[in-house]
Amino acid sequence: MSVTFERKSDTLIALLSGEIDHHTAAEFRESIDREAEMLRPGLLVLDFGGIGFMDSSGIGLIMGRYKNAAAYGGSVRVINAPPMIERMMKLAGIGRLDVL
Amino acid sequence: MKSKAKNEMKLVIPSNSANESFARTAVAAFMAQLDPTIEEMTDVKTAISEAVTNCIVHAYRDTIGTIWIEARIYDDGRICISVKDKGCGIPDVAKAREPLFTTGGSERAGLGFAVMESFTDKLRVRSAVGKGTTVTMEKRIAQRYRHDG
Ligand SMILES: Nc1ncnc2c1ncn2[C@@H]1O[C@H](COP(=O)(O)OP(=O)(O)OP(=O)(O)O)[C@@H](O)[C@H]1O
Ligand SMILES: [Mg+2]
Repeated sequence: MSVTFERKSDTLIALLSGEIDHHTAAEFRESIDREAEMLRPGLLVLDFGGIGFMDSSGIGLIMGRYKNAAAYGGSVRVINAPPMIERMMKLAGIGRLDVL
Repeated sequence: MKSKAKNEMKLVIPSNSANESFARTAVAAFMAQLDPTIEEMTDVKTAISEAVTNCIVHAYRDTIGTIWIEARIYDDGRICISVKDKGCGIPDVAKAREPLFTTGGSERAGLGFAVMESFTDKLRVRSAVGKGTTVTMEKRIAQRYRHDG
């Protein structure tokens, strides 16, 4: 797994690549939170373009970042979302999460 | 009538989180004998990842225990997989299977069982508190006409 960051004014873009499961989610989480905590961006963008596999830990990763950002008044958006995200959101009965 | 398995595999691993990817990849490699589509392969890999993660995160929360994984494939294209732990067990299985139910805190979605259920054809969960949990899943892989077959 790896995370690459890009910063554009008040937006922090985290480009995620690799596979997301409970094991790697911890590494993704630490690296994203470290950067976000430092910069407190108004918008945190999670780019899933480089994700080849994810289980429900990927949804947990998004939800956790969403709660953290909300705590300091920021928001989160997911881009290049793989179809798996929508499939899992449907299971949750959430038609669309507002981060998509 | 139950048909006889044409092949089977067993995998016994400690509940280290690094084994999540090993377990789903190993089952996927075994399953390749049924010539699944990428989608069918992804469904099974995801379901295995959920079951194994639950053993690591919930069953053996503060310890490292053993996880037993067995898979069988049948002539009619079915794959049956069981994932077993001897961890804490689930007090209310029906409740645990509801989407969004979690005892795992803010980093867990509570979607694991819902994923196992919808990504396979059959899911059975047997659990006893203090004894452990066995999750059994079954999926039928569509038999496709193959020129080399
Ligand atoms: N093998 C297990 N041993 C003990 N408890 C379990 C086991 N599997 C599941 N559970 C219980 O069932 C609940 C629901 O499991 P499920 O996989 O659906 O969601 P989760 O693991 O909490 O979240 P997610 O899978 O989305 O990360 C868990 O929170 C846990 O309380
Ligand atoms: Mg789970």
